[in-house]
Amino acid sequence: MQPNRLDQGGLIDRGRPLQFTFNGTAYLGYQGDTLASALLANGVKLVARSFKYGRPRGIVGFGAEEPNAIIQLGRGGETVPNLRATQVELYDGLEACSVSGWPSLDLDLTSLFGLVGRLLPPGFYYKTFMWPRRFWMAYEHFIRKAAGLGKAPDTADPDIYDKLHQHCDVLVVGGGVAGIQAARAAANAGARVIILDEQTQLGGMLLASHSEVNGMPALDWVAGQISELQGHARVTVLTRTTAFGYFDHNFVAAVERRTDHLGLSATSASRQRLHRIRARQVILASGAIERPLVFANNDLPGVMLASAVQAYLNRWAVAPGRRLLLVTNNDSAYQAALDWQTAGREVVAVLDTRPGSNGSLPKAAEAANIKVYRGYGLVEAKGGKAVAGARIASLSADGQSITGAIQELECDLIASSGGWSPVVHLSSHTGNKPRWDDEKGAFVPGNSLQNFLAVGASNGEWNLKACISQGYLAGQAAARAGGFDSVDLESPVVNIKETIESAQQAVFLLPHEMPTSRAPKQFVDQQLDVTAAAIELAAREGYQSIEHTKRYTALGFGTDQGKLGNINGMAILANALGKSIADTGTTVFRPAYTPTTFGAIAGRDVGELLDPERYTAMHRWHERHGAKWENVGQWKRPWYYPQAGETMLEAVNRECLAVRNSAGMLDASTLGKIDIQGPDAAEFITRIYSNSFLKLEPGRCRYGLMLKEDGMIFDDGVTACLGDNHYLMFTTTGGAAAVLSWLELWAQTEWPELQVYFTSVTDHWATTTVSGPKARQVLERLGTDIDLTPAEFKFMDWRAGTVAGLAARVFRISFTGELTYEINVPAHFGRYIWEAVYAAGKEFDITPYGTEAMHVLRAEKGFIICGQDTDGSMTPDDMNMGWAVNRNKAFSFIGKRSLERSDTTKGNRKQLVGLRTQDAATVLPEGAQIVNSLNETIPMRMQGHVTSSYFSPILGHSIALAVVKAGLSRMGDTVYCPLADGQTVAAKIVPSVFYDPSGERQNV
Amino acid sequence: MLQIYCPYCREMREEEEFSYSGEAHIKRPDNPEALSDEEWGDYLFFRKNPRGLHCEMWQHTVACRRYFNVVRDTVSYEIHETYPIGSQPSKMTDAALGSTD
Repeated sequence: MQPNRLDQGGLIDRGRPLQFTFNGTAYLGYQGDTLASALLANGVKLVARSFKYGRPRGIVGFGAEEPNAIIQLGRGGETVPNLRATQVELYDGLEACSVSGWPSLDLDLTSLFGLVGRLLPPGFYYKTFMWPRRFWMAYEHFIRKAAGLGKAPDTADPDIYDKLHQHCDVLVVGGGVAGIQAARAAANAGARVIILDEQTQLGGMLLASHSEVNGMPALDWVAGQISELQGHARVTVLTRTTAFGYFDHNFVAAVERRTDHLGLSATSASRQRLHRIRARQVILASGAIERPLVFANNDLPGVMLASAVQAYLNRWAVAPGRRLLLVTNNDSAYQAALDWQTAGREVVAVLDTRPGSNGSLPKAAEAANIKVYRGYGLVEAKGGKAVAGARIASLSADGQSITGAIQELECDLIASSGGWSPVVHLSSHTGNKPRWDDEKGAFVPGNSLQNFLAVGASNGEWNLKACISQGYLAGQAAARAGGFDSVDLESPVVNIKETIESAQQAVFLLPHEMPTSRAPKQFVDQQLDVTAAAIELAAREGYQSIEHTKRYTALGFGTDQGKLGNINGMAILANALGKSIADTGTTVFRPAYTPTTFGAIAGRDVGELLDPERYTAMHRWHERHGAKWENVGQWKRPWYYPQAGETMLEAVNRECLAVRNSAGMLDASTLGKIDIQGPDAAEFITRIYSNSFLKLEPGRCRYGLMLKEDGMIFDDGVTACLGDNHYLMFTTTGGAAAVLSWLELWAQTEWPELQVYFTSVTDHWATTTVSGPKARQVLERLGTDIDLTPAEFKFMDWRAGTVAGLAARVFRISFTGELTYEINVPAHFGRYIWEAVYAAGKEFDITPYGTEAMHVLRAEKGFIICGQDTDGSMTPDDMNMGWAVNRNKAFSFIGKRSLERSDTTKGNRKQLVGLRTQDAATVLPEGAQIVNSLNETIPMRMQGHVTSSYFSPILGHSIALAVVKAGLSRMGDTVYCPLADGQTVAAKIVPSVFYDPSGERQNV
Repeated sequence: MLQIYCPYCREMREEEEFSYSGEAHIKRPDNPEALSDEEWGDYLFFRKNPRGLHCEMWQHTVACRRYFNVVRDTVSYEIHETYPIGSQPSKMTDAALGSTD
């Protein structure tokens, strides 16, 4: 059934067979398999087509490094794209397919690119598809189709995700042998420890090897330690958890996959959890990834990492072939050949690029009668859709050139090893520059910027015994740095057979008899089809920096972030430039280490919980009366209240006319309200506002403009004097939070001597605004002990009293230009007073109006809205509001000095004016640009833009506010608005107050 | 994400509780009218952009709402100290401090 499955061994459960399908074909695997190990067990070699050339590809690795076996899991809303088959745990009923291959994996038309490969050099897209420009859209469509990545689900994700906020003294990333020792040492010293690992169980590389410690299998040796950790009160063990980002101040983000191994439809818990971990100390024990050697046709299915061959044999009892040819520049890879032979399979030969080695493993291989070619390289893999053989040749002592005749060997599996690359990704996330270590032949973490220690293979330590003691010491040191004294635990005494390891050779690209540019493709980055020739071409074209070369060739741009390809690419570039690898350096590794689901990052903050919504006390009433909503900050405000059959324009016109002709009511509760108290409150407000509040008496209100120190309008609103040393400042709805911070900034940092205190009371009060010529009658009908006679309760007065039986503050201010009372009651009476006003206004046909009508009514009056008619570059004079600036105040108020700068006093600043369109019915779009003449050559000189624009039902024509250069001195001029659709609208500059310019209506 | 010690709350809290508020130790001129446009422009617009230690203001927005000063390394993002408004950092050199205060 499973032709490549061994009869014994491995960490799989042969008693639990699992069915799965890949590209529609059914297979069997076992509990404990990954999708990759199960496919290899079933002899499946072809799993993908390559990105650019459509070449057949097979499984190369056995973990996060896998570049080729990128698959799509499941269907529908649960489908997950772009997973590495090497990291997908097999479950019964699993369905997977390749993400590449069009129309199918076996017949891939994009592979025709491969035949014209010379036409697709690096920078091909820049060089070719950018011209002619108008074809780009068509090219892009084709490129995306050919790009070979998975499909996003077409419905919403049905799964639940959680976030956890974790704190610990010591976080250990990686549960291999070094990480386990570190966690034990730290926990026993008293530290709270989290140890996490991306695999299904702790053990790291021990899971895939036959190492022995103290005379027993190393995995058995750590088994007791693992269960000790799992039972430890101070230790949290997280498996199936990937630390994907390491951020400032020892903040590590890790995603835990809770149900993925049970199948996509498992619903018993959240699918994944994001652990947001703040650690006092971090220990990186994330291991190393083997580096392949680069040779011609090294992308044929059947070319794998030596460590992958070893892992499939030992962990999953899978021998992915019959006849193995191993090529290496180091000792460690020999173990794969030894294990292969132990599994009863044939080792064709080991090719060692080095002239000789005194290492224990090469000696063991020769003792086992494995044929070893010393000083040999693999020139080219042979085969169609899978490896069938190899061409080999003897090499010069430095491994850089071919010295002998080409020979051919037959094999169906090639394993290669170019040494090991420590997983420095997480340390790099902290800004740490990896350092090239010539002796280790690897980049190791550089000097630490944060509180982390890298141990074991992730620090370039390959020796098992050294990893154990390094991990232990790091755990102790981290605990000590966190204030814990390690006393409990003795350093583990381990007895491991001493071995000799000879140095590896600095060979990355194996020579071919033809120059790199003419040899069959030698792949560096298999996921993005970057070849050695492409990197050399980039160097010839002048790319000197590895960062530029990366972007030009796309080296390391894939979802695997070049875990296998990057170092080889850097070495090949360094060689082409005649520089050392240390001088060439690495590119910057950035989060995420492996692709992370958006769902895990979003957690529960989706849909209704994405952002808080703020409701006023009257919200349900608006809802019941059919309000359409406008979002203002987080507030939901009624936009308009359509009646049956009404369009928006009809509803807004009706609401506007009701206010102008009778009475309307508006929920104004959302306006920011800041209670200001203290003996210096008036002085403070006078320093902050453009006008003076020193003489404002209790019972009076004043409108003010708030400027930034650069003289530009920032917010506006009315401030009322509630009593001695007591004021209430109204702000715009959206500006409330920023205004409070602004007040606090000046009070705390610049004028701490002023005694003044601020309290946000926005939510404390509900505001019902009654506006219109009948407003006074509505209030009389409502019942109040406040004297409403005009002489007693004037415009810009406020009164405290009883309204409809409730204690209320009534402000006679107006944003519509009509007689207006704003009734404020404690918020929990908001709904009551609103309904009482509605009932009392019935005989006057009182009409609830929304923000849209409010905007039309205020625009008819030329009242600005900060943030709509202003944009942070408008002074009071620009808004024709110099009347609101008191330049004679003793204190140089915020922004005053800036009003005298040459830039703010120049004549051609944009100024607020009105616009009347020639055609009364045409409503200009807001944001429309304004030019003086249509005869100007393009680009025309922009004169300004439309800031507010509506149809005014009371006037029967459209109105617009606009800012126009020197507009206030251009009354009567005609300007033009060329619109996006090609039409042009002519309009005349008029004063910005369209209705009741003398302001009589609000003073009745 | 940073962890910031609020000198008023006297607790180490997450960055999301705070708001950044620009360079610290910039004193508003006592008599703005006496300054030339250029001098006023310096106060308004020109800020340090150091590679290294930077004094800056933060507000503990969701808690005590107090502004305070922070010495932060703009390379490593390490926070060396936080201290109340009106006081000086203990570890900064004069050169790194504002010239106006």
